[in-house]
Amino acid sequence: MLEKALKGSPKYYIWVGFLLLVILGASGIYLMQLMQGLTITGMSRDVSWGFYIAQFTYLVGLAASGVMIVLPYYFHNYKKFKDLVIFGEFMAIGAVVMCLGFIVVDIGQPQRMLNVMLYPTPNSILFWDMVVLNGYLLLNVVVGWTCLEADRQGLPHPKWSKTLAYVSIVWAFSIHTVTAFLYQGLPGRHYWLTAILAARFLASAFCSGPAILLLVIMLTQKVTTFKANVEGVATLAKIITYAMVVNVFFFLLEVFTAFYSGIPGHTHSIVYLFKGVHGHHELVPFMWTAAVLAITSLALLIPPRLRDNIKLLPWSLAILVIATWIDKGLGLLIGGFNPTPFETIAPYWPTGKELIISAMIYAIGALVVTILFKVATEVKQETGASQKPIAQAD
Amino acid sequence: MNHTRRNFLKFAGLTAAGLCVASAGGALAVSGAGSKIKDGDKALNAKRWGMVIDTKKVGTKESIDVLAKACHAAHNVPDIPGKQNVKWIWADSFEHAFDQPNNYMDEGLEKREFALLCNHCTNAPCVRVCPTQATYKRADGIVAMDYHRCIGCRYCMAGCPFGARSFNFMEPRLHLDLAKLNKEFPTRMRGVVEKCNFCVDRLAHGKQPACAEASNGAVVFGDLADPASEVRKLLREHYTIRRKPALGTEPGVYYII
Repeated sequence: MLEKALKGSPKYYIWVGFLLLVILGASGIYLMQLMQGLTITGMSRDVSWGFYIAQFTYLVGLAASGVMIVLPYYFHNYKKFKDLVIFGEFMAIGAVVMCLGFIVVDIGQPQRMLNVMLYPTPNSILFWDMVVLNGYLLLNVVVGWTCLEADRQGLPHPKWSKTLAYVSIVWAFSIHTVTAFLYQGLPGRHYWLTAILAARFLASAFCSGPAILLLVIMLTQKVTTFKANVEGVATLAKIITYAMVVNVFFFLLEVFTAFYSGIPGHTHSIVYLFKGVHGHHELVPFMWTAAVLAITSLALLIPPRLRDNIKLLPWSLAILVIATWIDKGLGLLIGGFNPTPFETIAPYWPTGKELIISAMIYAIGALVVTILFKVATEVKQETGASQKPIAQAD
Repeated sequence: MNHTRRNFLKFAGLTAAGLCVASAGGALAVSGAGSKIKDGDKALNAKRWGMVIDTKKVGTKESIDVLAKACHAAHNVPDIPGKQNVKWIWADSFEHAFDQPNNYMDEGLEKREFALLCNHCTNAPCVRVCPTQATYKRADGIVAMDYHRCIGCRYCMAGCPFGARSFNFMEPRLHLDLAKLNKEFPTRMRGVVEKCNFCVDRLAHGKQPACAEASNGAVVFGDLADPASEVRKLLREHYTIRRKPALGTEPGVYYII
C-alpha cells in the first residue's frame, strides 16, 4: 500500500519536499549538538530536562489520543467512528515516532541508547516507558496496517487484529500513566509529586490529543476526497469537551490542596509559574495565557450550539491545544525544576538551536503522519468509503 | 532453484539467530557475577560508609573551597563557568541547604556556609530511577557510577532531591588543566552525569577521602555501622542534622550544628 504515498498532487510533493528540507536543514544543527554536546541547549545543572522532554511528554498525550476513537468503536460498537479509527491509529504512530525522537535528541550519549535494553532495569520507570512506547508503536503499526489492507481488499478484519485492538486500548492508558510515573515518583520535586499527576496527564491527553487529531482530519478533508461522518466528528468534539473539563478540574484540585494547606512545597512551584518569585516572572505571561485560553476553549466547547458550529470548532480546538501545550509543554517541566532543591529559581528558556532540533523531530512526525494519512485516504477513495459527494469532490 | 534458495535462506536465518544468541550470551556473561571488583591489600572497608561534617570548624566559603579544590583536583572535575557547571562538593547557606526555615536564626548560623555533596543515601532515588544501572549502590553504602554505561538521560538529576549531580553538557577536558590531571582517576566525556563518589578510588588504596584529608579533622569519614568508629563517636557527642530527612532517602552525611 505504501506505493500510494509515492504518487500525489503537486501540492503533496511540495509539502513532502518542504518537510524533507526542514529535516535535512535541522539535522545539521543536530550534528552540531552531537559534536558539541547538550551545551547548545538552554538546559543547566538545575533545569536538567527542558524543551525536548517537555515535547516528549506532550506528544505521549497525542499518541494516547487515538484511543478516544478506538475505545468507543471497539468497546461500545460505536459505528460512526468507523472511518476515523485508522486515522487515530496512524496519528499514534506519528506521535510515538516523535516521542522516541525527542528522547534520542535529549540523551547525552545516544550511541549507548541500547544499554536500556542490554541492562534491563525494572525499578527504573524509564525502562517501562521504553517498553510501553515501543509496544504501543508496534500495536498500532500492526493493527492499523492490517485493517487498512483488509479494507482495501474488501475482506473482513482478521479476528486477531480485534484482539490486538483491545490490547492497544488498555495499552494507550498505560503509556500516559507510565510517563506520568516518570515524574510523580521523584521525592524532591513537589510540583510532580502528586497522586493526581497521572490522572491529569490522561485528562489532558484525552482532550489535547483528539483535538489535534480532529484538526488534522479537518485539514485532510480539505486536501483529499475524504469526508468524515458528521455525527462522528460531533461526538469526538463532545469527548474532547468532557476531557478538558476534567483536565481543568484536576488542576483546580491541585490549586486547592496547595493553597488551603499552605504547605510551601506545594505552593512554591504554582506561585513561581503564575506570580513569579525572587524577581523571576519568566513564565507568568504564558501561564495566564494558558489559563485564559483554557477557560475560553471551555466557553466555546460546552454550549452545544457553539460546539456543533463546524466553522467555529477548529478555532476552539486550536485554543484548547495552545492552552494544554503551555501547561504541559512548558509549565510542567520548568515548574517541576523550580524552585530548585536549594529553594532558588533557575530560569530556563530553550535556545534557537534547541528549537530547530525540535522542529526537526516535529517535521519527521509530520512526514510520517502525512504519508500514513495519504495511504489511508487513497485506500478510502479506492474503496469508495466515506467520500465527499461527487459534486463537491473537485 | 526455489528449493535451493529456500535452503539458503534457512541456513542464513539460522546463522543470524545463532550469532544473536552467542553475542547475547557474551553480554550476559560480562554483566554477570564474574565482574566483581577486587580490593587492594590496604583497602579500607566498611559496612556503611558515612560522613560527619563539623560546620563549626568548616563553615566559611573559603574553608569549604579548600575541600572543593582538593576533591576536584583528585577527580579531574572541570571548572566550568556558568549554569552548566560541574561540582562534587560546594558551599551553600543554611536556608538553601536545609528545609527548616527560621525567620529569627542566630547570626552565626545565618552566616555559616555548609559543605554540600552527594549524601550517598540508603534509599537513593538516583539508583532507583537509573535505567541502565550506571548509578548503583555498593555493599558498603556508596552510591557509585559507571561513566561508561551512563547514557546521559539525566533521570538521576531529576530524581536527586539534593542537587548533588552534574551533567557534562560539554567536553569537560576543555575546562581542565591537562598538565595537572590526576592520572590515577579518569576524566569524563561529554554527555554523562557525575557526582561525588565518596572517594571509592582512594578508599581502595587505603586513603581517606580527599575532602576529609584536606579538612584538618573538620570532616570525618567512617563506618556508620560500627559503634566504635569515630563518626559514631561524633554522632553520640554532638547534635547533628541531615538534609531533607522527611523524604526518607536516609542520607549518609551528617552535619554538626
